[in-house]
Amino acid sequence: MSIDIETARKVAHLARIRVEEDRLPALAAEFNDILGFIEQLNEVNVDDIEPMTSVTPMRLKRREDVVTDGGYPEKVLSNAPDARVGFFAVPKVVE
Amino acid sequence: MSDLTKLTIAAAREALSKGETTAVELTEACLAEIEAADALGAFVHKTPEIALDQAKAADARIKAGEATAMTGIPLGIKDLFCTMGVASQAASGILDGFKPEYESTVTQNLFGAGAVMLGKLNMDEFAMGSSNETSVYGNAVNPWKVDERALTPGGSSGGSASAVAADLCLAATGTDTGGSIRQPAAFTGITGLKPTYGRVSRWGIIAFASSLDQAGPMTKSVRDSAIMLGAMAGHDPKDSTSANIPELDFEAALTGDIRGKVIGIPREYRLDGMPAEIEKLWDEGKAMLADAGAKLIDITLPHTKYALPAYYVIAPAEASSNLARYDGVRYGHRARLGSGEGITEMYEKTRAEGFGAEVQRRVMVGTYVLSAGFYDAYYNRARKVRALIKRDFDEAFDQGVDAILTPATPSAAFGLGEMAEADPVQMYLNDVFTVTVNLAGLPGMSVPAGLDAKGLPLGLQLIGKPWEEADLLNTAYALERAAGFVSKPAKWW
Repeated sequence: MSIDIETARKVAHLARIRVEEDRLPALAAEFNDILGFIEQLNEVNVDDIEPMTSVTPMRLKRREDVVTDGGYPEKVLSNAPDARVGFFAVPKVVE
Repeated sequence: MSDLTKLTIAAAREALSKGETTAVELTEACLAEIEAADALGAFVHKTPEIALDQAKAADARIKAGEATAMTGIPLGIKDLFCTMGVASQAASGILDGFKPEYESTVTQNLFGAGAVMLGKLNMDEFAMGSSNETSVYGNAVNPWKVDERALTPGGSSGGSASAVAADLCLAATGTDTGGSIRQPAAFTGITGLKPTYGRVSRWGIIAFASSLDQAGPMTKSVRDSAIMLGAMAGHDPKDSTSANIPELDFEAALTGDIRGKVIGIPREYRLDGMPAEIEKLWDEGKAMLADAGAKLIDITLPHTKYALPAYYVIAPAEASSNLARYDGVRYGHRARLGSGEGITEMYEKTRAEGFGAEVQRRVMVGTYVLSAGFYDAYYNRARKVRALIKRDFDEAFDQGVDAILTPATPSAAFGLGEMAEADPVQMYLNDVFTVTVNLAGLPGMSVPAGLDAKGLPLGLQLIGKPWEEADLLNTAYALERAAGFVSKPAKWW
């Protein structure tokens, strides 16, 4: 599997990271190095092996679906780059 | 008392309880060392006021006869831990200015036990790196020096390793996703422990790869690791993967008696082209454990070779998901927008400006391996290989193996900048001996065991059974006593 410039551009967009056009060839080359390394996994026989979901044999804990925390919007907003009247502020999303 | 900052936790505990020193004296001594050690780049946010307040409270507690083993012990805290009101930014520009409104469970446990926070420690950005060269704060530097070169302290917990080795603090917290406690510990001649996955709460630790991340102690002795693990660990309802199992007194397990213990020697860890010094150290370690009465057996962990490639699918995949939250909305950096730019541009510019090159690379690799059409070929295949890697260990333990001895790293510390031109995969090879342990969720320790020909420290790794940190620590204690590693870096900073 070889990654071309178009794929690199698409992946950067999916990851929501702006990559300047002139950086894309180098990025594609780095992806190819890493993916070439990962390709070794194809040598392994994984027939009848279940993908690991939990490294220790534990069942994720359940709890009642109730509110256990909250009620301090000023703390939640205290680190926001832009917060106004109790809300996070972002550029206009809907016209 | 002189040389207060050189004390182990155990020695400081004794001096404090006898009244030979105070927590304030210990703390002031560390703060003075930190002030004089900016050349190491270890402490990136210093918190002297908090430290002195905590030290005074610790002295009162000691006086009242209510001290724990950690009361009054000055620590450095890796920047990955959220500490209330104190900058916590995972060495990333994207969390510039972030001051949490909450305290991580681990730091809460330590401070609740009376420990003192001297400040926050340098690291690789989001714990992604093996040399501490991806930090927004600049490099942390190894206190060990054998020529004109500045050496890496390893990574990602490079600041923690540098600070402990240079006696800026008595011990430090680290985190380990693929070797980030054990490799820097080996590079700096200190002891580092990655506990069993689930032993220590991950709550409030900035996430990298959630199925692999685990916090642990970085200390000057095995005993100190036992003491500090006891204070860090414990069931936490806020972390759904935190194990609800009884707490042990890890220190009480340190008898040094390992007679009859079975130590596995995995043949796959003998790499082609491995430096002769690493092989020699490994042989010496085997002899030390055999002399102490352990029985050595050869074992096979056939899927070892595939651990790094599996890791470089799973860890970036989880990172791409975890790091999606850094979007310029809730905390940290937000890019300035030009006219006509909207929310997509805000996300893309914010993340391009805030994340460094290695983090961007891993987020994008993770995005790719999780994308439609490749999920099965990469991500699911890697999770199947991970199951096989764990099965290798399970089979070794089923044969009666109590612990596994390997080298900690494939080399001693290298020079900062020396890997700059190498492709990313070359840097990843640093974790070849440690990454299997994270994939299998096991406890692992790095114990300093010798010096190379140039005089740089080398470490051996011991891998234990799940939840058997007490037994692992005892084996490490026997190895530590036999190795008798006492070298310290000569002060140049």
